[in-house]
Amino acid sequence: MIRVESPGLFTTVQDLGRPGFGSIGVSASGAADSVALRLGNRLVDNPEGSAALEMTLLGGTFEFPEGARAALTGSDFGATLDGAAISLWTTFDIRPGGTLQIGATRSGARCYLCAQGGIAVELFLGSASTHVLSGLGGFHGRPLRKGDVLPIGPATGVTFREPSIPTEVLARLTPRTLLRVTDGPQSDWFPETSRRIFYNSVYRVTEEANRMGLRLEGAAVAARSSGEMITEGVSPGAIQVPGSGQPIVLFVEQQTTGGYPKIANVIAADLPSVGQLRPRDEVRFEHVDFDTARRLLVEQEELIRAAH
Amino acid sequence: MVDLDPVRFQPASDQSLLVSFGDEITPAANDRVRRLLHLLQSDRVLAVVNLHPAYCSLLVRFDALSIGHDELEAILRSYVARMEEAPIPEPREVEIPVCYGGEFGPDLDELAAMHGMTSEEATALHTSTTYTACFLGFVPGFAYLAGLPESLATPRLATPRRKVPAGSVGIAGNQTGVYPCSTAGGWRLIGRTPYAMFRPSEGHMSLISIGDRVRFRQITPGEFAKLSDTCA
Repeated sequence: MIRVESPGLFTTVQDLGRPGFGSIGVSASGAADSVALRLGNRLVDNPEGSAALEMTLLGGTFEFPEGARAALTGSDFGATLDGAAISLWTTFDIRPGGTLQIGATRSGARCYLCAQGGIAVELFLGSASTHVLSGLGGFHGRPLRKGDVLPIGPATGVTFREPSIPTEVLARLTPRTLLRVTDGPQSDWFPETSRRIFYNSVYRVTEEANRMGLRLEGAAVAARSSGEMITEGVSPGAIQVPGSGQPIVLFVEQQTTGGYPKIANVIAADLPSVGQLRPRDEVRFEHVDFDTARRLLVEQEELIRAAH
Repeated sequence: MVDLDPVRFQPASDQSLLVSFGDEITPAANDRVRRLLHLLQSDRVLAVVNLHPAYCSLLVRFDALSIGHDELEAILRSYVARMEEAPIPEPREVEIPVCYGGEFGPDLDELAAMHGMTSEEATALHTSTTYTACFLGFVPGFAYLAGLPESLATPRLATPRRKVPAGSVGIAGNQTGVYPCSTAGGWRLIGRTPYAMFRPSEGHMSLISIGDRVRFRQITPGEFAKLSDTCA
């Protein structure tokens, strides 16, 4: 079990989400940086979709009364185990009664704590992910609080392989700030001048950045004004542009439908990078075609599979 | 058979395809959305991971590692070709009790005044109609209801509320709907229901399903309190 001594800023239980319920308005949710979650689970010999703790900007302090095998992945929050520094992307053993203390971020927005056996919360619609807006899933549908006690599941008995992820693999999976995007369904609503502005400008992530979406600020992008859009389904990574001209990237806990025109859509391979963006980080966008997007996803997948 | 708009397929992202049945909100287009959704739910395509319906379109999310836009479009075309003949469940009739005005519907008086009527008249109008649930979207269990009397159509609030109480009944343009959970929102609030809209432990997982016929029934604050006790 894990006893929460301090929860950190915003720590939730996440797995790879619950796709399949969009027709009742439930977005897939799941880890903001799915690459970090999958690799972390591999490090502790879990199925890669096992539930873990997702910490945001500031980590927590956790006591393990029975001990555990664990790994930290994602961004470096600076962690100590019983006072001694421990590395990211490496398996370590926690003695019974040991305490893991995780600090504030030194790089990106999210750090994952994966424990062998996974966080054993009750599944909601087939997933352990916390859906914060509706207060469902995860641990009582909410971020963790001091005093919470989370059960760890039984280990699956997979053979233990390498205790860490090779640095050359990690280098190629480093989160990006130049996000690759494809056209969105309303790309042609934006005149060439607007598209040029969008692809040549630096956008800053505002304080309004969470699992539902990230509001950006920068050069305004104007859509042609003719006609109201009819609300339609939206994909994760959709970049919608409201009247203000400031883009919004819809993210894992997105609304399932939306009524603003979408200039572009972050490719699947770069969505985990969005999960590492912090307020005040700067991003740019690079246009790619659908074949390139698919090739990049296949390459990333091969890298993850070969990583460990 | 009546002439239908041609179906349009458009990549919405590298892992989704948007299927559109025209550019107008019509009962016919919405019926086709419901039919395609139902067929894809009853006869599943393995690579399809999620479905986001709306008024006249269906967003189909797929596993980009196992299928591409063109291959999926070919499959979906065969679904569209046979969806008109495929059996589809009859819409249900759903009645939702609502306590109108006051603290339950803080925008009712102003909305009624904007249309030159009393709050009682606005309430009577809102409860006089049978609405159609065009789709569920935005947040879990939020049904977009069509059929609002034209004389009640009102633009959204200029500044959305940071927090709308769960169960709030709102109006935005010519749509009406019920907020299933407490969220930010810009719809004008005219009342509140004590019923839970999102019901994940029940078969349909939502009080209202796509295609359902919905009516609102006025209740008193006393009845609201009593019903709250039974559906908490």
